[in-house]
Amino acid sequence: MAKVKLPTKSPRVDMTPMVDLFSVLLIFFVLTATVRPQETAPIDMPFSVSEKTVPDANIMTVLVAKDNRIFFNIDNGPDTILKYRPKILSEMGRRYGIEFTPQELRRFEKINTSFGVPIQGMKAFLTAKSMQERAVVETGIPIDSTDNQLAMWILCTRAINPAAQTCIKGDAEVDFPVVRKVLDILQDKNVNRFNLITSLQAVEITEEEKPE
Amino acid sequence: MAEIAQVEEKQKGGKKKFKKVPAHVDMTPMVDLMCILITFFMLTTAFTKPKIMEIVLPEKIKKDENVEPPKIAKSRTLNIILGPENKVFWYPGIADDPKNPPPLQETDFSATGIRQVLLERNRALFKKVSAFNDDVLTGKIDIPRDSVQSAIRQLKRDDDTGPIVLIKAYEKAKYKNFVDIIDEMSICDIARYTFVDISWLEEGMVNNAIGAIPVTSTSSN
Repeated sequence: MAKVKLPTKSPRVDMTPMVDLFSVLLIFFVLTATVRPQETAPIDMPFSVSEKTVPDANIMTVLVAKDNRIFFNIDNGPDTILKYRPKILSEMGRRYGIEFTPQELRRFEKINTSFGVPIQGMKAFLTAKSMQERAVVETGIPIDSTDNQLAMWILCTRAINPAAQTCIKGDAEVDFPVVRKVLDILQDKNVNRFNLITSLQAVEITEEEKPE
Repeated sequence: MAEIAQVEEKQKGGKKKFKKVPAHVDMTPMVDLMCILITFFMLTTAFTKPKIMEIVLPEKIKKDENVEPPKIAKSRTLNIILGPENKVFWYPGIADDPKNPPPLQETDFSATGIRQVLLERNRALFKKVSAFNDDVLTGKIDIPRDSVQSAIRQLKRDDDTGPIVLIKAYEKAKYKNFVDIIDEMSICDIARYTFVDISWLEEGMVNNAIGAIPVTSTSSN
C-alpha cells in the first residue's frame, strides 16, 4: 500500500519550518541591528587591549580626523523623549544668536552622525540633502582661542545632559598637539575623565616576558 | 516528528484524497525575500562595538588658585617622552639642571622596548596582580566576578614601590603613540601614571637625541 501511494505525492518540500526559522533570525537581526551612521571623515582608530565597550547613551564624542578637523557628536539620551540633541542645538543657537526652526531642530535630532560645521554653517548643514552637500560645509568645528565653539558645545552639552561622558575618537596618525589642544579645552571645562575610543587588539604578555 | 507527520498524512490521504487537495501556499518567494533581508541585516549590523580606554588626567591648577602641585619622590619617578616616528625616550628621576641633563634612553613600542623598562621597575606589583589573577582563575580566592577589578585597583592603590610614570609628548608625536603608551601602562599594571606637559629642557634633550641619530636628523628641524 505504502509503496503505491508514495510516488503519487507531489515532491513539494514543506517550506513552513524554513520560513519559521528565517522569521526568527530576521527578527533577531532587526532587533540587534544598530544602524551604523555614516561618518563624513573616515577615522582609523588606534588599537588597544581595553575590553570595555562604548556606552550606548549619555556620551559626547569629540572626533579628530586625519586632516586635523574636529567633529562633535552627541546622542539623544537613553530615552527618545529626552531629545537631548535638539535641546543642545537650540541652546547653542541661543548663545550665538541663531534661531533654529522646529523643522531644523527635528532634522538635527534625526541625523545621528557627527558634525563638523561651525555653528554659522549649521543651517546649511541641516538643509543639505546628501552626504556630498553636507561634506562641503563641514570644515571642522573651530577650536581657536578667539572662536572656541568646541568649548561652547561641551558647555551646552553638560548643561543639558549632566551625565554625559566624554569620548575622544582620534585618528591614529593625527598629530598629538591637536589632541592635546582638545584635551586642554576639555580640562578647562573641568572634564578630567576621558574615554579614548579604540579598537581591540589582542596583546598578551607571554610567559617569558613576565619578570621572574 | 517526521514519523508522526507521515502517519497523519496517510490518514488524511486515506480519508480525503478524493474530496479535495488542501490548498498549499507556495512559500518559496517568502523564503527568498527573507533570505535577502537576513543577508542585508547581517551585513549592516555592527557586531564589534568599538572599545574605550579610560584615562583620568590630573586637574589643572589654575593660576589664580595658588595651589602647590603635589610632590613626588624623585627616586620613583620615571619620565617617558613620546618622540617622533614611534620612538620613545625615557629617563629616571628629574631633569632640573640645564647644564647636566640626565641621559635619555631610546626605545620603541615593541614588546621588548618600553614594556621591559616598565616591567622591570614594576616587578613587585606586576607579580602581585598576576598572582592574584591566577588565584582567581584557579579558584584559590573565591571572589565575585564584579569585585575582581576593584580588588586589583585596591592592590594598585596600596602599592608603594612601583614607579610613578610621567608621560610627556614631544610635538611631533602621533595620537597613536599616546594611546599605545597608556595601553602599556595597563598591560604592565602601572599603578601611578599621569600625563604632563613637556618642559623646554626635555624638548632640548629630545632634539639632541634625534640630532645624534643620523638617519632621522632631517626630521628634527
